[in-house]
Amino acid sequence: MRVAIAEDLYLLREGLVHLLRAHGLDVVAAVETGPELLKALTGDPPDVAIVDVRLPPTFTDEGLQAALEARRRVPGLPVLVLSQHVEQLYARELLADGSGSVGYLLKDRVFDAAQFVDALRRVAGGGTAMDPEVIAKLLASNARSAPLGRLTAREREVLALMAEGRSNAAIAQRLFLSESAVGKHTASIFAKFDLAPSDDDNRRVLAVLAYLNAQP
Amino acid sequence: MRRVSRVLWRPREYPLALARCLGLGAVGVVHVLVAALLLVTLLATATGLLAFLLLPAVRLTRVWTALARRLARDWSGVEIAPPYLPKPPPAVRQPDGWYRDGRNLYRTPRVPDFNRWMNWLLRDPATWRDMAWVVSYAFGGALPALLPYGLAGCGLVLAYGLGASPLALLAVAGPVALGVLAAPWVLRLHGLWLRVLLGPTERSRLARRVRHLAESRTETVDSQAAQLRGIERDLHDGAQARLVAIGMTLGAADHLLDSDPAAAEALIAKAREASAAALAELRRLVRGIRPPVLAERGLPGALRALAVDSPLDVRLDGDLPEGVPAPIESAVYFAVSELLTNAARHGGAARATVALSHDDAGLTVAVTDDGRGGADPAKGSGLRGIRRRIAAFDGTLALDSPRGGPTTATVSVPAGPGEPGPVVPVDLGGPPRWRRWPAQVCLSVFALPLFPLGVVSMVYALAYGPDVVWIGWLGLAGREWQVMITMVLVGIGLFAVGMVLNVQNVRAARRPTTPQAEFVE
Amino acid sequence: MVAGVVAGHARAFARTTLLLAGAVVQALMSVGTIVALVLAVGQGMVFIFAPLVRTHRRVTALARRRALAWSGVEIPEPYEPPPPPPVPDAEGWYRSDRVLYKTPRVPAFNQRYKWLLGDPATWRDMLWIASDSVVAAVVGLLPLSLAGYGLAVAVPWVTPVPWPAVFAVPAGLAMTLGAFMLAPVLLRTHAVWCSWLLGSTPRARIARDMGRLARSRSDALDAQNAELRRIERELHDGAQARLVAVGMTLGAAHDLVRADPGAARTLLGQARSESAAALAEIRGLVRGIHPPVLAERGLGDAVRALALDSPLNVDVVVDLQVRPTAPVEAAAYFAVSELLAEAARDERAERVEIDVSPRGMALRITLTGVGAPAPAVLAGIERRIGVFDGVVVVGREGVGPPMITIELPQALAHTTEGTHPKMPLSKSIPVVLGWSLGWLPLFPQGFVAGVNKIVNPENRSWFLALYLPEPMQWPFIGLMIMLGTFLYGMATALPLLHSREHGTDACAPAFTYRRR
Repeated sequence: MRVAIAEDLYLLREGLVHLLRAHGLDVVAAVETGPELLKALTGDPPDVAIVDVRLPPTFTDEGLQAALEARRRVPGLPVLVLSQHVEQLYARELLADGSGSVGYLLKDRVFDAAQFVDALRRVAGGGTAMDPEVIAKLLASNARSAPLGRLTAREREVLALMAEGRSNAAIAQRLFLSESAVGKHTASIFAKFDLAPSDDDNRRVLAVLAYLNAQP
Repeated sequence: MRRVSRVLWRPREYPLALARCLGLGAVGVVHVLVAALLLVTLLATATGLLAFLLLPAVRLTRVWTALARRLARDWSGVEIAPPYLPKPPPAVRQPDGWYRDGRNLYRTPRVPDFNRWMNWLLRDPATWRDMAWVVSYAFGGALPALLPYGLAGCGLVLAYGLGASPLALLAVAGPVALGVLAAPWVLRLHGLWLRVLLGPTERSRLARRVRHLAESRTETVDSQAAQLRGIERDLHDGAQARLVAIGMTLGAADHLLDSDPAAAEALIAKAREASAAALAELRRLVRGIRPPVLAERGLPGALRALAVDSPLDVRLDGDLPEGVPAPIESAVYFAVSELLTNAARHGGAARATVALSHDDAGLTVAVTDDGRGGADPAKGSGLRGIRRRIAAFDGTLALDSPRGGPTTATVSVPAGPGEPGPVVPVDLGGPPRWRRWPAQVCLSVFALPLFPLGVVSMVYALAYGPDVVWIGWLGLAGREWQVMITMVLVGIGLFAVGMVLNVQNVRAARRPTTPQAEFVE
Repeated sequence: MVAGVVAGHARAFARTTLLLAGAVVQALMSVGTIVALVLAVGQGMVFIFAPLVRTHRRVTALARRRALAWSGVEIPEPYEPPPPPPVPDAEGWYRSDRVLYKTPRVPAFNQRYKWLLGDPATWRDMLWIASDSVVAAVVGLLPLSLAGYGLAVAVPWVTPVPWPAVFAVPAGLAMTLGAFMLAPVLLRTHAVWCSWLLGSTPRARIARDMGRLARSRSDALDAQNAELRRIERELHDGAQARLVAVGMTLGAAHDLVRADPGAARTLLGQARSESAAALAEIRGLVRGIHPPVLAERGLGDAVRALALDSPLNVDVVVDLQVRPTAPVEAAAYFAVSELLAEAARDERAERVEIDVSPRGMALRITLTGVGAPAPAVLAGIERRIGVFDGVVVVGREGVGPPMITIELPQALAHTTEGTHPKMPLSKSIPVVLGWSLGWLPLFPQGFVAGVNKIVNPENRSWFLALYLPEPMQWPFIGLMIMLGTFLYGMATALPLLHSREHGTDACAPAFTYRRR
């Protein structure tokens, strides 16, 4: 899998390159600035890009903007955005086109290399990888909405993990449940949200995220 | 008694004072010409036809009043503070590289600076007061200065009337002696009178203070925000990045623990180093915010610690009061730290003295080093930083650094909210003042031959025939066209020469650290 | 409509009569004042002074209210703020000058006395009471006597004038009517006169502005100091401590890698979670000092992000073409953040609308649906935005939802610097006309014509005045000069007034119109 990395701090950039190479991924570009990133992404699109939100030259959300722009030019280009902080606002913008293949994680998540690479592969495969903190904020800001109030505690847990972008199997493993039990929970959540059930993991996740995002 | 006599009888002063009175009279004659020129320019401006003449008029006024103030200082011993509003700061380059003026964007700071400068000149009430003075002083304003000579004249006239007699001698001697004795007083009174007319009014003084306060508040707030932004940036690029790297390395080490213990060991060692580096960075950041030694020992202790840390041989003199507010402590600490660093790095000093003193008015810290001297407040951002920082407490930084040393920098912070510090003119370098004069003169007078005497006369001559009045006055009737064309050429020439000189001066004055164009006053 | 006008004039007439009554009271008071002052100064009865001044202030307060209610002339109170209560020193003594006291009574009295005596407004009040007894008497007597005289003229059998009734009746009635017409004008004139003595002097205003500026500046310094201390402490107790722990754990793990890989793995896990915790702490700290989203996106998106994170239903409308300066943005952001957090704690709050939009050069943020926050929170916000002369207004419009408005004047001034607020055409045309045409009557037709008339009256050239008959010539020249002066005056005054109204007069201290 060909990966492009955009990160301005040498320490982290090299660390990421090592980590990915150790897991057998092919790092085709490691750039520092927003414009360079845009060039790398649109010239010869990699299979997935890892992008730091804050990049030179402006040190604002240069990386995020470049990633969004690249996705506008190359629809469905998988992008995993990394940051020292997470904002619902940015998550919504990344998810706005509804095509998936996006990830948005705190930089802390690279501590667990296996999970991080797993998330990266999920994004490359058209899935999503949302940081638990974003999901927690999303659920918290929806806390007063009625459908969310009707969920059981277990269903909330399943919803949170599903919103992070995990498959039924992964959720089952995480919560020590059987896959069929997870399937039941998801069906119940979809019913309570008035959403059409779907078997495809990715599409299901997007539907849930879209639903949560639609709540003001 | 002796004091009185000393005040009244100062023999060495009289000739000088008499000469100066005469000088004032001569200046008064020139003043009439200047005032006439100003009046004509203003009238021409007021008709709206020659509006561009306003700027030369304002310039002329400023230059002339500056001369009057200088004469008052040098000849009459009366210091007249310039009443003008402070000069506007130069236009700031935006992050996107443009310079902004209102809604317009410019590539170079020239136009925005020019507009600011113009606004500053025209919107200052002192400008208009100056003009009123120039015009009104022309009506015999200098006559009082000629009082000694007037007295002498009276004596002569009186003596002439009395004919040759001892009484006539007395009639001459009395007024002349009186005039001579009065000369220094006349001179001084004249200076005081000028101060009333040309000095800052109570209102403008107050307005100045308010402005100073408002500005220093804005600066305080801005620099505080910048400081917080800097902390955030440092954390983001420093500790946060290192922590992520540590975590990443540990993940890899965990991975290798079973398969390759040696590699895992190496990674763990690397992570340990990274944690030590992160700690060091955090410590540096904290020291920049508020040095722990300041919190633990107070200002005197912290300064002692600075003295020990400095590569120089530093001696501390005097002491400081208890209970200095923490922000002032920090500002003074950083000021001394910066000054010592400067002395070691740029001044090549080996020894330094930090003298502390305090009284009811506030506290003063003077740092003296034995370095090369020649420190330039315009050059170092460090000195400017100190000035900005202590300005928040109405403090001042005075720098005395002759070439060859020694350098003394004095930081004083008043105890309460005090007067704004005196406006110390900072010479930004560039060509000496006299080099700027030719350009000024050319640019101030070029319009006179070019327009009224040249172009306007030509239009008039075309419309009404060639017998243009003023040329007739000169006795050059019959050669009107040649004269007018000459005038136009002279005007254009003056303008061109003025511009070329000005551009040269600006180039010479521009320094790498201050990319903005400079407008010479 | 007509009835309203008539009633208005009648009311004004009655009020001028009331002024007359007030004048009598004031005259008595000024006599009393003189007596009291003589007693206070001459006989040492200092204690009279404070009640005297208090009485005066009550009377002048009445006059200020009267000016506002009767004539719409607002006269702000000019008094200096009262001194703070005396504070005991470390040993419990109260100090007044060089004397120490056990109780705060004497120092407080002295301070109060100094305050009353030192305030110029005290003496201006007295001056007003004395002089207004005359002015008010004139203002009160004028319409009354005019109306009375008019009535007398109109009634045939008492008329004091030997005019025929046909003439006298209408004349008398006209006088009475004139008295009624005059009353509101007189009343207003009187109010303006009062504002001269009862209002604050420019000096006092500047002094107050300076006090406020100095205070808000020192507030800012204190706040920053507290903020930096907090950062230092949090870093010290949080990230630094955790990093030390990480280093130690790693040291132990390093030694155990070969001997006991299992234990080493546990230690590695600990170190990892420790560094994750340190990261989380720094993240929280950064959010408190300089929110990343604000740095990355500006105020509009930062407020949107706040709205998203809030459990409330928050609608955000942002209309900002340009970014305010960073400090203003931060102050506004934290104010909104605190208000939203307060609202989230409020059970009743449900829907909140936030509107961020420019008002001229001011930035206005309106939060609809947010009730009044706790006083401490409000004070914190006020201090924070006070540095920018900002104002918080809590209230509601009629029966609508509660509202909080934050206004930061001059927040956008840097974006319109150097440009005047655009004048409407009705003002700019006279200005252009004045500047372009003023010279014509002033110089060629005015001064030059006059000079020409003196020097060479035969040459009439194009001087209009000289074509008129001789007696009209000088008046015409004068008229022309006046016309020219007027045109220039108008052209100068209109933009000045305009910019003063719209608050960009660079000559005036920039914040006089920022007053609450």
